[in-house]
Amino acid sequence: MNRAATNPLRRTLIYVVLIALALFFLMPVYVLLITGLKSFAEVDLQRMWDLPQSIRFENFRAAYEALAPHLGNSLRVVIPSSIISSLVGSINGYVFSKWKFRGSDLIFTLILFGMFIPYQSILIPLVQFMEVLGLRGSLNGLILVHVIYGIPITTLIFRNYYAGVPTEVLEAGRIDGAGLIGLYRYILFPLSLPGFVVVLIWQFTQAYNDFLFAVVLTSNTNWPVTVALNNMAGSQIIQWNVQMAGALVAALPTLVIYILLGKYFLRGLMAGALKG
Amino acid sequence: MTTASRIKSRFSTPDRLLGILLVLPSILAIAVFVYGFIGWSLRVSMSAWTGLIADYTFVGLDQYIRLLGDRRFAIDVRNTAIFTVLFIAVSLAIGLVLAVLLDQRIRGENLFRSIFLFPMAVSFIVTGVVWRWLMNSASGSRISGLNLLFQDLGLDFLINRWHLTDPPWGIAFVVIPAVWQMSGFTMALYLGGLRSIPEDLREAARVDGATEGQIYRHIILPLLTPVTLSAVIVLGHISLKIFDLIVAISQNNIALDVPGVYMWRTTFDGLNYGQGAAIGMFMLVTVAILIIPYMIYSMRTESDL
Repeated sequence: MNRAATNPLRRTLIYVVLIALALFFLMPVYVLLITGLKSFAEVDLQRMWDLPQSIRFENFRAAYEALAPHLGNSLRVVIPSSIISSLVGSINGYVFSKWKFRGSDLIFTLILFGMFIPYQSILIPLVQFMEVLGLRGSLNGLILVHVIYGIPITTLIFRNYYAGVPTEVLEAGRIDGAGLIGLYRYILFPLSLPGFVVVLIWQFTQAYNDFLFAVVLTSNTNWPVTVALNNMAGSQIIQWNVQMAGALVAALPTLVIYILLGKYFLRGLMAGALKG
Repeated sequence: MTTASRIKSRFSTPDRLLGILLVLPSILAIAVFVYGFIGWSLRVSMSAWTGLIADYTFVGLDQYIRLLGDRRFAIDVRNTAIFTVLFIAVSLAIGLVLAVLLDQRIRGENLFRSIFLFPMAVSFIVTGVVWRWLMNSASGSRISGLNLLFQDLGLDFLINRWHLTDPPWGIAFVVIPAVWQMSGFTMALYLGGLRSIPEDLREAARVDGATEGQIYRHIILPLLTPVTLSAVIVLGHISLKIFDLIVAISQNNIALDVPGVYMWRTTFDGLNYGQGAAIGMFMLVTVAILIIPYMIYSMRTESDL
């Protein structure tokens, strides 16, 4: 136990600073919540910080009505793409961590580089390619894009995850006669649940929060929620209170996942920064 | 990760081939969608393509030369430089402070950590929308946003115009929401780093009479250098590519323009594909300068394991 830190003045100071910083982080949420819960009549920029006099849901209802179809679009893209993405990452991670072949390290690094590139540098060919395939403007095209550009990070996360599985476990399987597929199916896959949770959450969040691919590859009949929210915010007709409620509604899915499964979210986050 | 984690028993050739076959689709996908497309973008960046019909007339480095003299691009580069430096510096500082504070065995550590990290779960668009209203520069009777809060709390001296519409420092204010979003990440990195420093090291120093401050300065901070490096790389490449946040917070204001946004506008609104590709290439090069040395270094240190 750190003796010096039990000094009461020090401890109080530490808590004060932490609470102050926590308030800074929570302050936007406070504004979002109280704005959303006010009645239309109470909504006044000059009284932004006042608590609602009565709890109403009209702002949320208006925002939800405006955003519901777009939320649906987002989920329609994000759920399939994160599932496919995690399966691909799992297979790749398996091969790259346990079945090294000549040049696999170099190839893995080249794949990893794809995680860092600015997508503006591939945007024009991507759009052309999608047009040729007839997928530009379709949500399926967006799914494909998220799966492909998710390959580097999902492979990385799974590779690191499987690297932590002791080889003895797999060697035992080898001795029993299992081959590459068998080892995966009977030994590794059952152990993969935490890895899948991390990757699913991470990919879900990334794809859901994406704006660049969404705004370039969808049409005005099927915008995901990030594009719709940005349009709301830029519009002259939509009131600021509905915009705020809209921001909260749009943020809800990933926030809920974060609140319930934050531990796994954190692991995905760290995987991107520490390469093993 | 160690070489011992590789399966050492004799590979059967069909299995070996199967392994390669399983990752082949991903390898091909990356080869096309990353490297192939980069090459294609390069080609477009050296073409005269402006307009709906693709025009691949080779113009050499014309697009790039034109960018050098482009006023808006000059604003972009300056903004990126200012933003990157401030964003990294402030995120590192706040992240380190948060981590050090949380490392003091306080009660409610998990709660605090969750609070500091949650902004990472939301989209930059959400952040931009909210903070645009918070950083509202109206004053007098129409005062609102953070200015209003400062007034209500008697902190009038903090009221300012937030300068979001003013070059050249408007972009510095965008660092505030960016830091709000990302310093949880730096905090998590540093906390991990701090936790991996053995307590005996600190105890030994204390026994030798060092103050906590000295311990931090001379022992802990130097040991955190790899973490700082990782953080700088990740934060740096995010800030060089910054796009969503600017779109949401600036709503087309040129004073806050960055290459990512310019590329989008000039390509898809202006149909200036050649120029857009050139901007894209510029962004790629700046990110590559940051990432490639780091990846080479990582690859080398990993292969000794």
